Amino acid sequence: MNNLSMDRLEIAEAVPEVGITVRLSDASVGDRGVIVDVRAEDDGQDHGVDIEELQRRLLEFGFVEGARIEVIHEGAIGHDPIAVRLDDMRVALRRRDAGEVIILLDRP
Amino acid sequence: MTDVALSPSRVALVGNPNSGKTALFNALTGGRQKVANYAGVTVERKEGVVTTASGRTIHVLDLPGTYSLRARSPDEVVTRDAVLGQLAGETPPDVIVCVADATNLRLVLRLILELKQVGRPLVLALNMFDIAQRQGLRIDLEGLARDIGAPIVTTVATRKRGIEELVAQIDATTLEAAAAGAQDWREPDAGEIRDAHREAQRLMKAHVRPPERPDTLTGKVDAILLHPVWGLAILLAILLLMFQAVFTWATPLMDLIDAAMTGLGGLVALIVPEGLVRSLIVDGVIAGVGSVLVFLPQILILFLFIIMLEDSGYMARAAFLMDKIMGGAGLHGRAFIPLLSSFACAIPGVMSTRVIDSKRDRLTTIMVAPLMTCSARIPVYTLIIGAVVPAKVVGGVFSLQGLVMFGLYAAGILSALGVSFVVRRFLWRGMSEPFMMELPTYKKPDPTNVARNLLLRGQIFMSRAGRIILPLMVLVWFLSTFPYAPVGAVGPAIDYSFAGMIGHFIQPVLAPIGFNWQMSVALVPGMAAREVAVAALGTVYAVGDAEQASGGLSARLAEQWSLASGLSFLAWYVFAPQCVATLGVVKRETNSWLWPTVMFAYMVALAYIAALIVYQVTVALGGG
Repeated sequence: MNNLSMDRLEIAEAVPEVGITVRLSDASVGDRGVIVDVRAEDDGQDHGVDIEELQRRLLEFGFVEGARIEVIHEGAIGHDPIAVRLDDMRVALRRRDAGEVIILLDRP
Repeated sequence: MTDVALSPSRVALVGNPNSGKTALFNALTGGRQKVANYAGVTVERKEGVVTTASGRTIHVLDLPGTYSLRARSPDEVVTRDAVLGQLAGETPPDVIVCVADATNLRLVLRLILELKQVGRPLVLALNMFDIAQRQGLRIDLEGLARDIGAPIVTTVATRKRGIEELVAQIDATTLEAAAAGAQDWREPDAGEIRDAHREAQRLMKAHVRPPERPDTLTGKVDAILLHPVWGLAILLAILLLMFQAVFTWATPLMDLIDAAMTGLGGLVALIVPEGLVRSLIVDGVIAGVGSVLVFLPQILILFLFIIMLEDSGYMARAAFLMDKIMGGAGLHGRAFIPLLSSFACAIPGVMSTRVIDSKRDRLTTIMVAPLMTCSARIPVYTLIIGAVVPAKVVGGVFSLQGLVMFGLYAAGILSALGVSFVVRRFLWRGMSEPFMMELPTYKKPDPTNVARNLLLRGQIFMSRAGRIILPLMVLVWFLSTFPYAPVGAVGPAIDYSFAGMIGHFIQPVLAPIGFNWQMSVALVPGMAAREVAVAALGTVYAVGDAEQASGGLSARLAEQWSLASGLSFLAWYVFAPQCVATLGVVKRETNSWLWPTVMFAYMVALAYIAALIVYQVTVALGGG
């Protein structure tokens, strides 16, 4: 967990003038914003498919730069999986597979 | 020109899941449908026929729903290959009809852009158009049609609106089919998917005005149904209701079928003289068909619930709620539905694993499905518990017999989770595939569609299961009948048959788990279906009609069996693959003998170990 929050800090510091960005895997219910990046960087985790394939699946489901996103629900155990509002549809996915989606959070 | 107008045309229906594609297929073809499998794969092939006003016959193929032509599951491979005209044994479609949920266009527009590359004439059916209108969603149909280069027809499949127009449009488009362009689709990379999204976004901006009254119901309902606490509580309540329905509503119908089958057997006995033919018809064929038919009411009630939960949009929520729990055991969230079905019967359970995309996830689910306590185990459990477990009350409220029954159910569930955990942990290392799923808006299930799908499910179950079970029942009948008992034999006839020989042959192996030869012999006909063991025990203990007089058999077992033997028999039945029909269906669904063999081996091993432990421990505690 420590690792993840470190990550969040790093990204937050990286683009201070734009706002706070967060990985979708670390987002909490109520977080909303715009997708700014969908990556294919090896995160050392096993997704069952290679990282490029994961990226393509995310893109096909509508996780694409510019899409509006809001985390609306999460599971009872380990806050996983999560359900998001993605433009005008609702999509469920596991946090493990959501790390490649970077969100620029709306300013409060 | 007349020739062309009369030549039959082929149409393929393509669309995102939840776009109402099946409802549109039903509205188009009515009762004129055929369901089969595609050659060589276990993907359902649904084809129907419709006649146009001009007299042309159109064959409509309902392809599995998909978000992209980049296929990931066996279902999606069929869709891609059929669309590309590369599916073995299939004629390429003349026209592709893309079915879209008018209220959810973004993803389907990207699919349309892919379909355009295929180079075949395309018609877009904007389904659920009434909901779009109610929401005040404005779509510039002419502009959109011009930009995507395909005619658009608005439809409301559940009300049969726009169907004639769609058929006329297909007819007109068929005439232009000669103008089909070149096929230049290939798998898009990430950049091309992004470009397609950008283009879809441009089309949305240019031609679709956001709804004035967007659907807010789904959000409100989800706040309760996906609530971490209430959501799970409601899911549990729905499951409880479903079980109640499956086991109580079905009983009168099952009794009726049972009585009808017995009556039919009696009738045959009146006409056909005593002998081999009568025995084959009554004990082999009628008893065999009856043993399948008797589960039909339960399976139909189960399917009714599943279809309504699916059509309403709740099933995706159930998978969401269960994903973490199932995932802990290495199972996919969607494995929840097949495993649930397996409580009635493993056969529809194994058949419904088709909803799982990934091959490994699907195989794991198939392998553990028979461990769930199916209803064929209940007669066996009831008989043995009644015979060997004392009717005591423990802890003031719990009946000991009830607790044992509960324990057997729990043992089934826990072992299924355990086995899948071991499989995923040691056999197939690595994570299961990503779990991504659209949560569709809630909709009221359409009664006509529910009824039609239910009928279809019932037919598929009967034909598939029947085709497998009937020959196997005849085989088991053969083993239990031949050779005849010698003249002047004292023991029951089955003792002298092949089944008897097998039973006696394996008995030494089963001695350490406390099985006497009668139990061993009963296991052989019990392979036909688990509940047949009750009748088989009746036969070996020569208690006339065991099913009618199960009280007599129970009393007989109570005096003959020790507590340890009885519990050991129960433990055996939790795990043992005492059902050739399930093995047959697994062979069919996996297209290989490997998996039924693996299943048989691991289940026998588990059954033996469990029965051994139960027997030896009970004997050690003085229950021998």
